[in-house]
Amino acid sequence: MRLSQLKVGSKGIVKEFTDLEMSVKLMEMGCLPGEEVLVERIAPLGDPIAINVSGYQLSLRKREASTIILQ
Amino acid sequence: MKAELRVALVGNPNTGKSTLFNVLTGLNQKIGNFPGVTVDKKIGYCDLPDGRRAEIIDLPGTYSLYPKSQDESIVFSILADRNNGFNPDLIVVIIDATNLKRNLLLYTQVADLKIPVIVALNMMDLADKSGIKIDINEFSKKLGVPVIPIAARKLTGIDDLKKAISFANNIALQEDSIDVTAIAPQLIAQISEEINTDNPYFALQLAHQHEHLKFLTPAQSARIEELEKENDFHSQKAQAAETIARYNFINDLLFDTITKPETAQEESMSNRIDKVLTHRVFGFIIFIGILLFMFQSIFAWSAYPMELIADAFVWVQNQLHHLLPAGPATNLLVDGIVAGLSGVMVFIPQIAILFAFISILEDTGYMSRVTFMMDKIMRKVGLNGKSVVPLIGGFACAVPSIMSTRTIENWKDRMITIMVTPLVTCSARLPVYTLLIALVVPNRNVWWIFNMQGLALTAMYVLSLVSAMIVAYVFKFILKGRERGYFIMELPVYRMPRWSNVLHSMYDRSKAFVLQAGKVIIAVSVILWVMASYGPGKRFENIDKKYQQSQYRTMNADDLRHAIASEKLENSYAGVLGHVIEPAIRPLGFDWKIGIALITSFAAREVFVGTMATIYSVDGDADKLETVQKKMANAINPKTGQPVFTVAVAFSLMMFYAFAMQCASTVAVVYRETKNWRWPAAQFAYMTVLAYVISFITYQVLK
Repeated sequence: MRLSQLKVGSKGIVKEFTDLEMSVKLMEMGCLPGEEVLVERIAPLGDPIAINVSGYQLSLRKREASTIILQ
Repeated sequence: MKAELRVALVGNPNTGKSTLFNVLTGLNQKIGNFPGVTVDKKIGYCDLPDGRRAEIIDLPGTYSLYPKSQDESIVFSILADRNNGFNPDLIVVIIDATNLKRNLLLYTQVADLKIPVIVALNMMDLADKSGIKIDINEFSKKLGVPVIPIAARKLTGIDDLKKAISFANNIALQEDSIDVTAIAPQLIAQISEEINTDNPYFALQLAHQHEHLKFLTPAQSARIEELEKENDFHSQKAQAAETIARYNFINDLLFDTITKPETAQEESMSNRIDKVLTHRVFGFIIFIGILLFMFQSIFAWSAYPMELIADAFVWVQNQLHHLLPAGPATNLLVDGIVAGLSGVMVFIPQIAILFAFISILEDTGYMSRVTFMMDKIMRKVGLNGKSVVPLIGGFACAVPSIMSTRTIENWKDRMITIMVTPLVTCSARLPVYTLLIALVVPNRNVWWIFNMQGLALTAMYVLSLVSAMIVAYVFKFILKGRERGYFIMELPVYRMPRWSNVLHSMYDRSKAFVLQAGKVIIAVSVILWVMASYGPGKRFENIDKKYQQSQYRTMNADDLRHAIASEKLENSYAGVLGHVIEPAIRPLGFDWKIGIALITSFAAREVFVGTMATIYSVDGDADKLETVQKKMANAINPKTGQPVFTVAVAFSLMMFYAFAMQCASTVAVVYRETKNWRWPAAQFAYMTVLAYVISFITYQVLK
C-alpha cells in the first residue's frame, strides 16, 4: 500500500521509500519509517494532498506520496 | 556601526524567526543581498542589558543544513566559514515549541558545528494552550545549552533572551547529539586531516557540500572529491542514515522532557478553517475574491498617494526652476534628475500596498493554501501555485509583482514567473489602450449590453493573461531546473497576522526598491530626457531663431510654444532616432512620429500619450486625452492622403505595447531580483521580438 492510495481520514504507518532523493527530504520533514501518517485532505483539483505527520500538516504531490510505502 | 558580538538567527520556516528578528532589532535594520546570490541579507542591531551592542543576522529559514534551495545554501556557508564576514560568534536557534520534533533536527545539526548556541523556544503561549508541557530545565540540561522560553508575538521572554545572549559563553558547551564519525569513519578522518579541523561534523558536511562552498580552494574541493571516491561515499545514503540517527536522539530526548495531549487544540481550529478555505467551491470563490480585492486596492488606494507624490515633485520642479538660474545644468537637475526621482517614488504606494497584502497572506498561513489549491493548474504551464499572486499583481504593475516572486522557493518556477509577469496588462498600458481604442473602435453597443470599446479593452486584458501562460509553457522546456522540482511543503497553522510585521515588510520592500532599482531608473530617465531635449549640431538654435522671425509674432503664445516644442522634438536625438528606425517599423504600420513615442515610452509606457501630445502640438497628459485624440484622428499621412491612425495601425500599435518590454523600471527590478544582466536582457529580447512579429502580423492582416 502506498500513501497516495490512502483515502481522506485514514491512517497508515510509514514502512519504506522507493526514491532515495525524495526520502532524504521527506525524512528531514519528520516523515520517517515507523511514523504514523493521516491523510487530512486532498486539494480541490485532486492533487496535491495534505497529511498529518509528527504533529503538523505537510502537503505533497500524489506522485511524491506514491514513493512512500506503508506497512 | 561596529558591534561587539555577532549573533545569527537560525530556524525552520514558520517558527516566528522574522518576528523575533524585528522584535530584537526594531527599525535598526539594513537589508542587502548576500554577495553573488539573490538571497536577502537582513542585519540589525540590538542593545544588550550589559551595555554591549549585538549585530543580529537573520538567516533564511531552513529545515536542515543540507540545502534544497539557493536560500538555504547560504545558511551552512555562513555558519561554517570562519573567515566569512558574517560568521557568527553565537547562534540563536529558534524552535517552535508546538512542533519540537521536526524543529530539533536542525538544532542538532547546528549544535554539532560546535559554535556557541542558545535555544529560543518560541510560541510557548500556544504550546501551553494546547496542553504541551515541556520540562525546560531538564531539556536545557540534556542539550547542555541555555533554553529560553519565549513568545515573540506577545513580546514575552525577550528580556530573558537578551540576557542569555549577553551571558553566553564564547566556547561551545553543547552535548554531542549523535556519533557523527560512525557515518563515514575513514572519510571523516581523512577530510579532517586534509583541511585541518577537529570537528567531525564539519568534515562530514564538507564531504556533502564541497562543490558549492566558495571558501574551499579548488584543490581542496578536488581532494575531497577524490577521498569520497576512494571511500565509496554516497551522499544521499549518508544523509538518510544521519537523519534517522538524529531523530532517534530526538525521540529519546522528547520522551524524557515533554508530555503532550493526543491532539492539539490549535490544530483542529486550523483544520476547521481549512475545510472552508480549501473547499472545492468556496475555496476558489474566496481566493478569487481576495485577489480581486487586492487588485482593486492596488489600483484604488494607490491612486491618491501616487498623485500626491507626482504633484509634490512637480511643485519642487517649479520651485527649483524659479530659484535656480536658468541654464543647461538647472535643466538637467530639474527635468532630468528630479523628474527621474519622481518616476521612482511614484511606485512606492503600489509596492507598499501589494506587500502589505502579501505579508498578511504569508503571516496568516493562507499563502501556503493558495499554493496547495493552485499547484495542479499552474504546474502544467511550468509555474507554481504561488505564481498566481505576482501574475494578478501584474495587472497593476510588474515592478512590485516581480519583487514579490521571492515567495517562490523553486528557482525555475520563480524565473519563469519573473519572465512572464511583464506581459500582463499593467496600469501604465491603460492610457495607451484607451487612447487608441477610442480612436478606432466605434462607441457602440453590441448585443444590447456590451460596449464595443469595452470589449476591445477586455480582449487586451484576456490576451495578456493567455500570452503569459503560453510563454510560461515555452520557458518550461527552455529553462533547466537547478533543483529537483518537488512540492513537499509545510502547511502552517493559521495565525493572526502581526501588524508590525506587515508594516516592516511594506517599509523594507519600498526601501529596497528605491535604493537598488532606483539608480537604474533615474539613469535611464536622465538619458531619455537628454535624448528628447537636445539635438545634434545647431538644429535647436536654428529652430529658436526661426520662430523669432516677424511672421511668428502674431501667433498666439500657446500655439507658438507648442510649435517650437514639436519641432524641437522632431530634431532632438530621439526624433533623429525615430527617423532612423522608421524603415524598421514601417512594416508594422508606424511612422517616425510613432517611432519617437516608442523610444520615449521606454521610461514608462504612459509617456506615449505625452509624446503624442507634443508631436501633435497640443497640451496633453493622461487627463486630457480628448485633445490628443482629436489631433491624432485628424492626422493625415502626407504620402497617401489617408488618416495615419487606421484600425490596422492602432491595433498593431496596441499589440506592440502589449508585448514589448517598454519599461525601464521593470528591467531594473528584474536585474535586482536575478542579480545577472542576462535575465533582463533575455527578457527584453524575447519580448521585443514577440512584439515585432505580432504587430507585423496584425498590421498585415488588418491592412
